[in-house]
Amino acid sequence: MGLFILRRLSVMIFTALCLTFIVFFLTNLDANLEKLAKTQGNMRMSDAEVTSWLDKNGYSQPTVIKYGQWLGVFPGWTRTVENEVTGRCISGPVSPEDAAMAPTFCGIIQGDWGYSTVFRDEVSTIVGKRLSLTGRLMFWVLVLMVPSALLIGVLAGMREGTLTDRSLSTVSILTTATPEYVSGVIFIAIFTSSAVGLKWFKGTATSAMDNPTFENFFLPVLTIALYGMGYIARMTRASMTEVMTAQYIRTARLKGVSFYNIVVKHALRNALIAPFTVIMLQFPWLLNGVVIVETLFNYKGFGWVLVQAAGNNDIELLLAVSVVSVVVVLLTQLISDIGYVYLNPRIRIS
Amino acid sequence: MDPLSTVEIIIRILVQLSPVWTSLIFLYALSIAFKRRLGLYGKLFDSPIGMIGFALVMFWVFAGIYGAMDMIVTHDELSQVSGMKNKIPGTPLRSPEEGEYQWYLLGGDNLARDVFSRLIKGAWEVIKIAPMAAVFAFMVGITLGLPAGYYGGKLDTFLSFLANLILAFPVILLFYLLVTPEIVQSGVPNYMAMVLFVFPIIFLAVLLNSRFHTRPSLRTPLLIGVLGLAIWLYLQLVSNGGYLIRTADYSIYGLPRVLDFFDIDPGLLVVFVSVVFVNSPTVFRIVRGLTMDIKTRDYVAAAQTRGEGPWYIMLWEILPNARGPLIVDFCLRIGYTTILLGTLGFFGLGLAPESPDWGSTINDGRKLLSIYLHPALPPALALLSLVLGLNLLADGLREESLKD
Repeated sequence: MGLFILRRLSVMIFTALCLTFIVFFLTNLDANLEKLAKTQGNMRMSDAEVTSWLDKNGYSQPTVIKYGQWLGVFPGWTRTVENEVTGRCISGPVSPEDAAMAPTFCGIIQGDWGYSTVFRDEVSTIVGKRLSLTGRLMFWVLVLMVPSALLIGVLAGMREGTLTDRSLSTVSILTTATPEYVSGVIFIAIFTSSAVGLKWFKGTATSAMDNPTFENFFLPVLTIALYGMGYIARMTRASMTEVMTAQYIRTARLKGVSFYNIVVKHALRNALIAPFTVIMLQFPWLLNGVVIVETLFNYKGFGWVLVQAAGNNDIELLLAVSVVSVVVVLLTQLISDIGYVYLNPRIRIS
Repeated sequence: MDPLSTVEIIIRILVQLSPVWTSLIFLYALSIAFKRRLGLYGKLFDSPIGMIGFALVMFWVFAGIYGAMDMIVTHDELSQVSGMKNKIPGTPLRSPEEGEYQWYLLGGDNLARDVFSRLIKGAWEVIKIAPMAAVFAFMVGITLGLPAGYYGGKLDTFLSFLANLILAFPVILLFYLLVTPEIVQSGVPNYMAMVLFVFPIIFLAVLLNSRFHTRPSLRTPLLIGVLGLAIWLYLQLVSNGGYLIRTADYSIYGLPRVLDFFDIDPGLLVVFVSVVFVNSPTVFRIVRGLTMDIKTRDYVAAAQTRGEGPWYIMLWEILPNARGPLIVDFCLRIGYTTILLGTLGFFGLGLAPESPDWGSTINDGRKLLSIYLHPALPPALALLSLVLGLNLLADGLREESLKD
C-alpha cells in the first residue's frame, strides 16, 4: 500500500509539473506578454516600449528558464541599471549591497507564489482567502448533493421498473441535462425576479461572502449540487439494481427478512461502493460548476479569481490557480483509488 | 397593431415552425413504417423514451437547418429595430415595412433584436459544431484508444498519461487559456487543428488498408481515391487564404487559394479545436477500456489464429463489437459538447460578441433577469431541451441495444 501511494504521488507530481508548464507556456506566448505589458504600462505603448518593459521585468528570458525560476530551481533574475538592482526576489530597486542580501532562489518550492498583477497583492494571500470562500460553498454543495443523490439512487434502484424508479430516473436525467448556467438562470428567474414576484431568495450571493444565510446562499449551492446530483444518482441506481438481483438478496428474501431490512442491512453497503468513486471523481466537474456559479451569482471565490486571472493574463496568479485545481483533481483521484480498495476487499493492488 | 395575447403568440410560433413539424411527422411516419428493416435505429421506435428523445433532438436539428436557410426566422438575428428594446413577447413593431413580420414573437432583447429569430439561429450554431466536434473527438479517441487497449504496455502507459493530463485540467481554465484572440494570433489552434484533423485520415487509411491489403488491385485505387479526397479536405480545413499558419513573425504556406473552396473563421476554428481536444481523452478511455475487455473474446483469438494483422483485428473485429456503448456515448458526447459550447458563449469566449448562440444569449439576458425574463429564458430552455433529448435518446438506445 505504501509503495502504491508513493508511486501515485510521484506520477501526480510529474503531472502537476507538466500541466503547470503548459499553463506557463500558453501564458508566456509573445502575444499574451504584449497584452500584459500594455495593461500594466499603458495601452498605447509602441513595440519598442513593450520590448523594453518586458526586458525590465524579466519576461524576455527563455520560457524554460522563467519556469525554473517560478519553480525555484533556477536563481531568480537580477538586473543592474545605474547601481540600482531590480530582480525577481527583490522588491523594488535597491542598492547592490541590499540585493546581495536577498535570497537567490524564490519560487514555489521556497513558498513564494509570486505577486498578482491584477489584484496587486501576494498570490498566496489571494488564493488562501478565495479558497476558503469556495471551500464553504463546496462544503454545503456536498452536504446537499451527496445524501440526496444517494437517496434518489437507492429509492429508484431498490425496485427496478416501478413508477418510483421511472420518475426518479427521469428527474436525474433532467438534472444531468441542465448545466449550471441554465439552471441558475431559471432559478434566478423564478425565485428572485420581480417579474414572477416570488422573491424567496436573493439573486446575488455577494453578501454571502461575509454573512451567508439561507436566503442568499441556497440558490448557488442548489445550482451546483443539481448538476452533479443526477449523475451520482444514476450511478447509485445502477449499482443498487445490480445488488438487488444478487443471490444473497434472494436468500435473505427467502428467509423472510423484511424488505426494509434487506435494503438497509444487506444491499445498501455493497451498493454504495461504486458511487463513492463517482463522488470523488465529480470534484473536477464541481470545479467547473464553481466557476460558472460564482460568475453568475457574483460570489467572489476561487472560480471568480480564475476568471479574473485568465481574463487579464495574470501569469503568477493563474499558475497558482491551476496548481491548486490540478492538485485537487489529482488528490481526489488518489483518494478514490485508495478508498475503492479499502471499501472493496476483493480488489488487491498489484 | 395590438400586442398579441399568450395564446396568439403560441399559435403563431407553432405556425412559424410548421416546416419543422412537417419534417418531423414525415420522418416519424417513414421510420415507424420501416422500423423492422432499420436495425438499431428502427428499434429506437420501440422505446417511448428513445422516441421522445429523438423527437426533441430532431426538432432542434430541423429548426437549426431551416433557420440557417432563413425559413423559420421572422427577422434578421442581428438587426436592431428602434423602439423594441426589452419589449415583452408579442409586441408589434412600431412601423413595420411592407412584407415584414409585424411582431416580435418572443420579444426583443436589450439591443432590440428579435429573441425568437436569435433562438432559431442559435440552434444552427450548435447543430453545425457539436456533432462534427463529437465525430472528430471519436476519431481521435478510437485511433489512439484501440492500439492502447490492444497492445497495452509502454504505449498504453504513455497515451493514458497524456489523456489523464488533459483530463486533470479544469475545462474552463483550458478554455480561458486556449480560446483568446492572443492565442489565435500566435497560431497555436492552427497547429492543434493540423494534429487533430490528421486522425480521421489515419483512421480511414488503416481501416481500408487492413481490410483490402490482400487485394492490391482493389486496395491501391481505393486508397488513392479516398485518401486523396480526405487529404484535400484536410488541407482545405487547415489552410486559410493560402497559408497554413500566418502570424506576425512568420507564416507557412498551405494549399493555394485556387484549390481552397472554404475557409474557416479562425474564431470558430479555435472553438472547434478546443472542444475536440477536451472531449477526445474521455473517448480514448472508453475505447481503451472496451478494447481491453473485448480482446479476450474467442472471436479475437480466432482471428489471431488465422493470421489476421493487429489493425484488422482492432478495426474490423473489436470496433464493430464495441459499437453499442460507443453509439450511446456518442449521443451523450454531443450533449456534453452542446453544454461546452454554451459555457464558451456564457463566458464570452471565442464566438463573435453578437453571435446568436445560446450561451452568449443567456449571458446577455441574465444581467436583466430581475426585470425581464424573456431574453434569457428561451435560449436556456432550448439548450436544456436539446441536451435532455440527447440524454433520453442515449438512454433509449442503451435499453434497446441491451435487449439483443
